[in-house]
Amino acid sequence: MARMTVDAEMCKGCGLCIPACPKSIIRFSEEINSKGYHYSECFDQEACIACKLCYTTCPDVAITIEK
Amino acid sequence: MAEKVLMKGNEAVAEAAIRAGCRLYFAYPITPQSELIEYMAKILPKVEGIFVQAESEVAAINMVYGASGTGRRVMTSSSSPGISLKMEGISYLAGANLPAVIINVQRGGPGLGDIQPAQGDYFQATKGGGHGDYRLIVLAPSTVQEFADMADLAFDLGDKYRNPVMILSDGLLGQMMEPVEFKPYKTEDELKQLDEQHFDWCMYPNEDEPNHHHHEINSLEIDPLVLEQHVIKLGKKYDLIEKNEKRFEEYNISDENDVVVVAFGTAARIAKSAIDELQDAGKSVGMIRPITVWPYPYEAIKNVLHDRVKKVVVCELNLGQMVEDVKLAVNGKIPVEFLGKVGGILFTPDEIKTKILDK
Amino acid sequence: MEIIAQRPKSLTDLQFTYCPGCTHGISHRLIAESMDELGMRNKMMGVAPVGCSVFAYKFFDCDMAEAAHGRAPAVATGMKRARPDMHVFTYQGDGDLAAIGTAEIIHAANRGEHISVFFVNNAIYGMTGGQMAPTTLPGMKTSTSPYGRDEKDIGYPIQACELLNSLRAPYFIERVSLLSPQDIIKAKKVVKKALQFNKEERGFTFVEFVSTCPTNWGMEPVKAMEWAKENMLPFFPVRNFRDRSVEGGE
Repeated sequence: MARMTVDAEMCKGCGLCIPACPKSIIRFSEEINSKGYHYSECFDQEACIACKLCYTTCPDVAITIEK
Repeated sequence: MAEKVLMKGNEAVAEAAIRAGCRLYFAYPITPQSELIEYMAKILPKVEGIFVQAESEVAAINMVYGASGTGRRVMTSSSSPGISLKMEGISYLAGANLPAVIINVQRGGPGLGDIQPAQGDYFQATKGGGHGDYRLIVLAPSTVQEFADMADLAFDLGDKYRNPVMILSDGLLGQMMEPVEFKPYKTEDELKQLDEQHFDWCMYPNEDEPNHHHHEINSLEIDPLVLEQHVIKLGKKYDLIEKNEKRFEEYNISDENDVVVVAFGTAARIAKSAIDELQDAGKSVGMIRPITVWPYPYEAIKNVLHDRVKKVVVCELNLGQMVEDVKLAVNGKIPVEFLGKVGGILFTPDEIKTKILDK
Repeated sequence: MEIIAQRPKSLTDLQFTYCPGCTHGISHRLIAESMDELGMRNKMMGVAPVGCSVFAYKFFDCDMAEAAHGRAPAVATGMKRARPDMHVFTYQGDGDLAAIGTAEIIHAANRGEHISVFFVNNAIYGMTGGQMAPTTLPGMKTSTSPYGRDEKDIGYPIQACELLNSLRAPYFIERVSLLSPQDIIKAKKVVKKALQFNKEERGFTFVEFVSTCPTNWGMEPVKAMEWAKENMLPFFPVRNFRDRSVEGGE
């Protein structure tokens, strides 16, 4: 089991984590944060393998991975 | 009393700086200041001090900025053109509230000028050669002994106000030998105290929470409201320095004076000879010699302009720079005359006497 | 479950001021992670000169000095010489290091100062709004090379690693890429190695990050990564130039 959590306020919607995910389970949220960015979110936590590639490529260190 | 040693000014101030606890010195060669950097290169390693010849005066002043940011006493020196290169760094030191001693052994200018003594950097030193609202405490020696003693004073004032301090000397004082006596070396305890006196703001070994500190050596405040308060605070500091740190010498000042001379540094030395000769001839002339040229001792001049004094004569080795401050002090009460000498040439006592005596 | 990836302790909690997708944040994190893993945070001092990354003085949770444009290697020299028991790094952009600060970086490297220099090469001046940098590529349009950089008129991009590799004193020189997660993982090893050598007082260490500037390149962050792979990497080959810790490391 693994969990990928995005700090919605820290995320600037750059989208780098989306193609980085080998399981393609990250997308932009419909919601926007206080700065108006559509933040990233993992839409299928079950499929997450905690490979940390999203964390690795995130320029704002907005992602936390648990395993 | 320590015994006296015959020494060049450049070397004497270097020795005095080491005795004042300076163990870090970064500089670049330039005449007429090179004896200072050579002395530091030779002696600092013997007292476990750090000497680095930088690739430029710009690099040197930034090394000073870094070392000062760690709270330790640090110095640099140069001469006129080199001091111009340090101006941005000096503004950064002032903006970041960093103590540091900068010695300018002035030479003829502008441009490359020559390597003779001059006083053409007065404006640069006292009115701000760098950018922004900042002030440098500027000390102007007129003997080799005073030049040396100013090292100690400069470091103390720098630490007291967290401000860069300049010693504004010149090629004559730097390369001339006079007998000098020195204060004793700082003890180990004193050195340790000096290294730890700024732990409330400087960069030094850290610890984990709860004692972790994040100190920032910085002059950047991107939020104008924050910069506003920062600069206002600097202004209050400068007001305090003006209130507490004005220094000057009164020479032959008396109720008999009918002329008052104002001169600093080497110019003041020569003026003293003229004054002595005139006094022997029965003419009473006094002199105010600013020792701090910032903060400038305006009141010291005002206070000696009693009714007998008919005019003030200002002598400088430039086209006329400090004379503007003297005019501020005199404020139109009596005439202020100017005698200048440029090109790195010194005036003679006779030239000063002629100026004083002519109506 | 336990956390296996989170914000390093050596970063403060402040959100970065960088644009969305700017790789500054990645290089910040690699340095901070390495500082954590090597236990260097409490002995570290950093220098952040003028550029987009000047605000790094607020982002690294160790004592930091902000420095004049181009002068970080000199400031770092003063800091390290004044407190030799501490460790020092600088974090510089391409205009800072390879234009105004060329003398400072060359001489700090040539003296073999015991500092680590982290050099972000994104081929443009970010903070001032997209002007040409010494590493701007031939033909690349910027606000001060609006018709594309003409190498016949103003020469070729400066290759900092190659330049410093001509000096004898430096201990470790490597160029890394931040242009894909895999590249970033490799880059992390290099950053950690550089700081390890720093910790062991081996000498001058230098890491160049091939980076992106989505805003001033006028590209989406993901596109900027692709563009950089195609255009930057040929000019700035990712490899080690010097590693005195291994035989034949030159």
